Amino acid sequence: MFRRQHEPADPVRFTFDGQVIAAERGETVAVALLASGVRTVRTSVVGGEPRAPYCLMGVCFDCLVTVDGAQNRNGCLTVARDGMVVESQRGRRRVGAEAGA
Amino acid sequence: MSRFLECDVAVIGGGLVGASIAFGLCRSGVRPLVLDGEDLDLRASRANFALVWVQGKGVGAPHYALWSRQSSLLWPQFAALLQDATGIDVALSQRGAFSFALSSAELDRWHTEMETIAGETAGAAAPYEILGHNELRDRLPAIGPDVVGAVYSPADGHVNSLRLLRALHAALKAGGADYRARHTVKGIEPLKAGFRLSGDWGTVVARRVVLAAGIGNETLAPKVGLDVPLKRSKGQVLVTEKCAPFFRFASATIRQTDEGGVMIGDSEESASTSIAARADINAVLAQRAIRTFPLLADVNVVRSWAGFRVKTLDGLPVYEESASHPGAFAVACHSGVTLAAGHALVLAPQIAAGALSPDLAVFDSRRFPRRSHVSQTA
Ligand SMILES: Cc1cc2nc3c(=O)[nH]c(=O)nc-3n(C[C@H](O)[C@H](O)[C@H](O)COP(=O)(O)OP(=O)(O)OC[C@H]3O[C@@H](n4cnc5c(N)ncnc54)[C@H](O)[C@@H]3O)c2cc1C
Ligand code: FES
Repeated sequence: MFRRQHEPADPVRFTFDGQVIAAERGETVAVALLASGVRTVRTSVVGGEPRAPYCLMGVCFDCLVTVDGAQNRNGCLTVARDGMVVESQRGRRRVGAEAGA
Repeated sequence: MSRFLECDVAVIGGGLVGASIAFGLCRSGVRPLVLDGEDLDLRASRANFALVWVQGKGVGAPHYALWSRQSSLLWPQFAALLQDATGIDVALSQRGAFSFALSSAELDRWHTEMETIAGETAGAAAPYEILGHNELRDRLPAIGPDVVGAVYSPADGHVNSLRLLRALHAALKAGGADYRARHTVKGIEPLKAGFRLSGDWGTVVARRVVLAAGIGNETLAPKVGLDVPLKRSKGQVLVTEKCAPFFRFASATIRQTDEGGVMIGDSEESASTSIAARADINAVLAQRAIRTFPLLADVNVVRSWAGFRVKTLDGLPVYEESASHPGAFAVACHSGVTLAAGHALVLAPQIAAGALSPDLAVFDSRRFPRRSHVSQTA
């Protein structure tokens, strides 16, 4: 697992599933989550397997989270901001309500 | 290829059409040799929209309306046979489907077409309803305000078409067919009995040959006295990220796959020869999809592609045995997904038995204007 070598000098704070996470200003959501000991940010869409940020460069999509209500955001491409509400995802994203019974 | 000095039936092309026929041949006790082309060929079977679709087909051609209908009715049996043979579920879903109209002119035109088909088939075509906006919204609350109405038919549906292609190939292997990738056929030489097929890979003699090479049929057909004139028809498809189920029917332009991705089609270009998908066309497809279901606006598109349809001049299939070279059959069609069940369960047994029934023989290519390079002796 990852550990910070020093506490953020100029932190921003966001929540992940309600838990307050401190990030260095300019850091991405994915890095801040990993540094805070979060091990699972979503479950996979077909098999329901736990997933965590992996490539940290926008190609593996294992870091997908809901950011301020927007689903399937790459946590590794999203810079953390104060007051951001980040949520883990379970399986496939939702599309509004069901379009029809 | 020296092992195959001879075979009974050779099928040229291993796309949905060739593979469905070869699967049906295996079931009829014939073990075909399937000679397929190259990975970079234009292959509609890897690019399609996966509808099992009857609605609106066969205006002025009731035999086509009824043939499409027959195949869609055979689909559950076909899917079950594939599942038994391979364990692969092709995700057939025939819960009904809509054509969403974004203008009343569009809806009126479709309405007239559906009435024409019903009249021309004397009521034997699939049932349908014409829905206005409010009736449609009662059934699909997520529909957008721009949708003026829809045609609905309970007979239509969709499958997972890549899995279909995989299932067919697995069934061919299990059924004893001999499938050869990268065996493009360049020459077909009619012999006294049978045909010598040749390519960079070697030669083989087949007693009978089925041309199922998609766009490749256009150049192969004249070698056996047939003519399969095609017109260019390029289509683009968008696919979104996988979503929880939100639309359990199908439609002509939007469907959600069994795995959750939303597929958005269905453009048609007749001039372009470029295999690349055009961004401006993708934008139109996305716009129409969002007008149909506004809740798609924040869903990410993850892929898009273009494919070329196997489209004859009138859009109807060609099924024909060469009059000048009996034993050579040509099969070409758009809607190779829809017709796959008919190809496997109706057409293939006829090819195995050596003659097309009158129902299918009406689809011969004599309806097209003769072209000079084709020599038809009978
Ligand atoms: C965008 C798009 C959307 C579509 N949507 C639908 C739909 O919703 N429902 C539906 O029913 N249909 C749909 N279709 C049509 C359907 O995909 C085709 O009718 C079907 O795939 C045709 O199959 P095929 O085997 O004839 O052709 P192909 O898939 O092109 O296969 C032909 C095969 O022959 C091989 N070949 C070519 N030349 C030679 C040669 N000389 N020797 C040996 N092998 C050769 C090629 O390599 C290829 O494997 C769609 C098509 C497109 C492009
Ligand atoms: S960690 Fe791979 S895309 Fe974000």
